[in-house]
Order: sequence, then structure tokens, then C-alpha cells
Amino acid sequence: MSILVNQNTKVICQGFTGKQGSFHSEQAIAYGTKMVGGVTPGKGGQTHLGLPVFNTVRDAVRQTGAQATMIYVPAAFAADSILEAADAGIEVIVCITEGIPVLDMINVKAALRANGAKLIGPNCPGIITSGECKIGIMPGVIHQKGSIGIVSRSGTLTYEAVHQTTRLGLGQSTCVGIGGDPIKGLDFIDCLELFEADPETAAVILVGEIGGSREEEAAEFIRSNMKKPVAAYIAGRTAPKGKRMGHAGAIIAGSAGTADAKIRALEAAGVVVAQSPAGLGEAVQQALAAR
Amino acid sequence: MNLHEYQAKQILRSSNINTPRGIAATSADAAVNAANELGGEAWVVKAQIHAGGRGKVGGVKVVKRLDDVRALAELLLGKPLVTNQNAPDGHPVNQVLVEETLPIARELYLSLLVDRETERVAIVASAAGGMDIEEVAHATPEKVLTETCDPLLGVQDFQCRALAFALELTGEAYKDFCRLLPQLYRVFIANDLSLLEINPLVVTVDNRVLPLDCKMSVDDNALYRRKSLAELRDDSQIDAKEAAANAANVNYVALSGSIGCMVNGAGLAMATMDLIQLEGGTPANFLDVGGGATPETVAQGFKIILLDPNVRAVLINIFGGIVRCDVIAEGIIQAVKEVGVKVPVIVRLEGTNAELGRKLLAESGLAILAAVSLTQAAKLAVEKAQ
Repeated sequence: MSILVNQNTKVICQGFTGKQGSFHSEQAIAYGTKMVGGVTPGKGGQTHLGLPVFNTVRDAVRQTGAQATMIYVPAAFAADSILEAADAGIEVIVCITEGIPVLDMINVKAALRANGAKLIGPNCPGIITSGECKIGIMPGVIHQKGSIGIVSRSGTLTYEAVHQTTRLGLGQSTCVGIGGDPIKGLDFIDCLELFEADPETAAVILVGEIGGSREEEAAEFIRSNMKKPVAAYIAGRTAPKGKRMGHAGAIIAGSAGTADAKIRALEAAGVVVAQSPAGLGEAVQQALAAR
Repeated sequence: MNLHEYQAKQILRSSNINTPRGIAATSADAAVNAANELGGEAWVVKAQIHAGGRGKVGGVKVVKRLDDVRALAELLLGKPLVTNQNAPDGHPVNQVLVEETLPIARELYLSLLVDRETERVAIVASAAGGMDIEEVAHATPEKVLTETCDPLLGVQDFQCRALAFALELTGEAYKDFCRLLPQLYRVFIANDLSLLEINPLVVTVDNRVLPLDCKMSVDDNALYRRKSLAELRDDSQIDAKEAAANAANVNYVALSGSIGCMVNGAGLAMATMDLIQLEGGTPANFLDVGGGATPETVAQGFKIILLDPNVRAVLINIFGGIVRCDVIAEGIIQAVKEVGVKVPVIVRLEGTNAELGRKLLAESGLAILAAVSLTQAAKLAVEKAQ
């Protein structure tokens, strides 16, 4: 089991023959991901990394039965790549690209709502089911098959959560980096719902940050819909108001979106909130022990 | 990226939207010439800075004599203007906007912005113009009206009518408003804005609707396709260190503490700042060298951090994923040698090739402290900064 992707998921790469696409496709293959090909317009018919290259996602799906894609094309073309994948019937679209204009994402989300494909990202590390399928830029080596589901808005903070759960011997079922952009694909609640239903996941770690109100909404979802224990960390307690902290989404506007408000909401929902990013592993242990 | 009021109004005018007539000036002489050219019996002189709250501190004034235009321009130009939104340092005033005055009957609020909840462009309007909209929303939420736009259709006539009726506009003002909204929506989309705020939008005594002020923010991610807007960037309105960071392509935000931070990833960078605070220290900055940190970006990061004289220790926290820790360690060593770092440097490396990276740092002969854990790194940095 696990969520969204596993050892049987057939994966392609868009931007396959580019520098990023090549490097991360090699890493994915080495991890054991079932890569079946890639797409680079104009290079259809060639072979790259021992796999077929297609001109269009439609061709790739028709000939390989691909179900998931990872997108490494530049920001100016990424929105179009997402739409192409959705149109071709890809079920899980992982967009690593950062810097996509927000108005492009508004259009993409409107189109996806009608299509039903699941988008992860953009501006995210991707998704990995430990020991089975790696779609993204995360270091595979720190992951270990286990029972903790991780969902996070931040890339390198996800690695902290992974590293700590591996060290404690808990391991991970699936880790989803949903990305730090204000308008994105899957959100906390979508992933929490999947983790709650996944028999391989015993507990969930949620890593949030300042800005928006998705963590508060996640807290409400946890309170009313989840039986599994949840631990969390919220980054940005010391961030000043009105300043964008790297991620376009990480900005405190007025009194909304502060770390303290998010922490209070999560704690009220029974979530064990780590005070320090170094305490994520212990927090999930504590959450598990309390059940 | 923020635009100045005079630049934003220029964009409105080029889209056939009526604004008060005005001319931007960079000297007192030019301001007087502008007033002469505009004619009339009174003018409003407005300091051009990337911050609000100008009116309360003398940055916006109505004057009736040319001598007063000159005196006010001389008073404002070349000096920082400190408001309640940009204290304590303020922003330097390099231009004043000289405008005709209008007989005002009512002040409204109007803005377009990207709403992350509905994932649409939202139009926010209120009859309570000229005030801080966040205060209005907090105290009297029923006075804030919102319409969201279907991206396929844009703003619709029925939405314009609904807002116009709710704002109690009649006659010419009603017509002006219903014409204005679709125009503003097109400006928003055509310029890849993330915010277009008109506060106040005024109704004149002869019942016309005009934007008295205008604030625009352009989506940084879209500047590659808005080249003419990118040229309007005004680095004088940004902290010098943040401007240097922009040029070097790293994310930097200046803070007021004593521990310089360099981290890969925005979330981990924020978490590192939090941890420093938890251990009793204060971060001097937010600095994200990006997920794909290289020796070059590390060197750039050092240079930017050390521009801040308050920095008494530097904490480097890198979780090597794709980027290998040995490569980062070499970058740190090279940068410390090149830049001549005089303050203690604490490094925490984790992830790919972390062992090798730590070994390189230990053998470098430089005064670099390698921490084995995140918490220990923060503790060391706080200790060394005291």
C-alpha cells in the first residue's frame, strides 16, 4: 500500500533530456522507480538513459501506459506541461519546477478541477514511497521503509523529518512535499485523508509554515476526521510581518497566517507540535505512545 | 516587486483609465514646473516611496502657492520618510508626484489580488475608503465586499453591478465604476500583478469615479515576460543587502539580530531562525541559498551576511540532498578564505556525504566549528555571538 505511488507506478519524465530531467531520472531509476520513458518535444524516437523519448505526453501514455509524471521543464513552460500531462490522462502529476507565475497556476488549477488529475507542487521536492518509488529531488538514501506518513510545505524541512524518523527506526510509508507556492496542487487535507485510509501508515507528520490558513484547515480536518496520531512543526515563529520568506506563500498578512495561530489550532486538535525542527522525530514518537 | 504610485498611475493611463492629472518630479524646480504645467489653484504633493501611511507623517500635502510646492518638495526630496509602516529606517524619497486636486465627495476602497483560498483573482471593495483595509476587515467585516473572478471569464457585469449597488453609487459614478472594474481586471492580468490597490477610490462632487492613489505589486515570477515592468525596479526602496541578494539570486531578508544565517531551503531557513530564538539568540537575517546550493552561492551568501555590521557569528545549516555536503564544505572553506571572515562560523552539515564534508572542514585549519546536530549548532552560535 502507501499513498499515490508505489513499486508498480509507471513513471515518465517531462523535460527528460535536459540537465535536471536527466540527473533526477537517473536517480529515480537507481532508486528502483519504474521509469518507462520521457518526453522532450522534437526528440521523439530517440533513446535516453536506455528509455524511449516521446514528442508528446499523449504518445508516451499510449505506448508505455504511464500513470505518473515528473516535470523538470523551465518555469515559463511548466504550466503548459502540467496541462499536457492532465490532458493525456496522467493520474499523478509531480511538478518540481519553481517560479511559475501565479496567474498561470490559477488557470492550471481551474483546468485540473474539471480533469481530476492529482497535481503535486509546483515548487516542491516531489513524492517518495520509501523503497518503492521516488519521483522528485529528495535524497533517496535518507529514506527507510516504515510507518510514518509525511506531508510538508518545505523541501529541506521534509528531509529533517525523514532523517529523524529513519534514525529512530520508525521509517516512512510515503512522503509528500506539497510545495511552498500560494496556489498549488494537493494540500495538507488531501494527503491527510489518504494517509488516514492507508493501512501501512501508523502516524503522520505535518510540516507547515507561516502564511495562509491551510494548517488551520488541516487542524479542523484532523479534529473531526482522523483517528491516527499526528505530529507537526510550524516554521516561521520569528518571521517579521509583511516580509516574504523565500516561498511566495510564506508571508504574514495582518494577523492571519502566524505560526502561533497555527500551533494553537493544531494543539487544540490533539496534534503533538514540536517546538524545534530537531524535535519532529520525538514528537511523532510521543503522538504514537499516547494512543 | 512593488511599483511607485506615479508608475502605477502611468500604467492606468496607458490603459485608458482616467486618473488625476499629475507629473513626477525629482527636484524642487521640476516640482514647481510641474505645478505650473498642471495649472489650477491648488496642488497635492506626494512623496513617492514603497510604503503606506505617508499622509499621517507629512508625505502627502495639499498646497495653494507655488512657493509652497517648492518648499515642500525641498523638504521631502533626498531624505528618508518614516511612516508607521516602514519604521525605524523609512524609505528615501527620490521623486514627488505633483497632482491636480479634486473636489471629493466620498472615499471608497478597491483592490484586486490573488486569493489563495478560492484560487482566483478577487476584487475587494469597501465604502470605508482611505483607511487601513485590514483594520476595517477586523472591526467591521460586513463592510468589506468581495467578488472572485472565474479565470476563464474574467470579471462579469453582474459582479460590477453588485459591487456598485453595494457601494451605493448612482448615475455617472455607477457607470464609471462598472466601466472601471473590467479595465482594472485587464490591467491586472496583462501586467501579471499580484496586487492592485486603489485606496482611496474617490467619487468627486460632480459624481465621477477616479483612483486617487494606486499601489501595484508585480509577481516576481512573471518578470521574465514583463521586461518593461522589470525596468521599473527601484533598488533605493530595498535594503542594500536585499538588493545585493537579488543580484546574486539568493533569498535574503534583513532582520535586527546578531547571528547571520545561511541555510538551504526556505522552510529550513525559517526553522533555523526559530531555533536560534529558542536557544536565546537573535537571527540577523533570513537567507535561503536554494535547494541546489553551490560553492558560488555560498560565497555570495557570506558576502551579503557580512555587509551587516551587527553580525557576531554565522550559522550555516545545510541539509544536502541533491547538493553534496563535501561540495558545500569546499565552498565554505573557499569563501572563508576569500572573504576574510572575522566572526566565528558554525557549520551543521547533514545528508549526502555529510561525514566527508565535516572532515574537510576539520582539516581546513580554519576556525570553523562543525556541529553534529541542529540543536548543538544553534547553541554554539548563540554562545559565540554573546
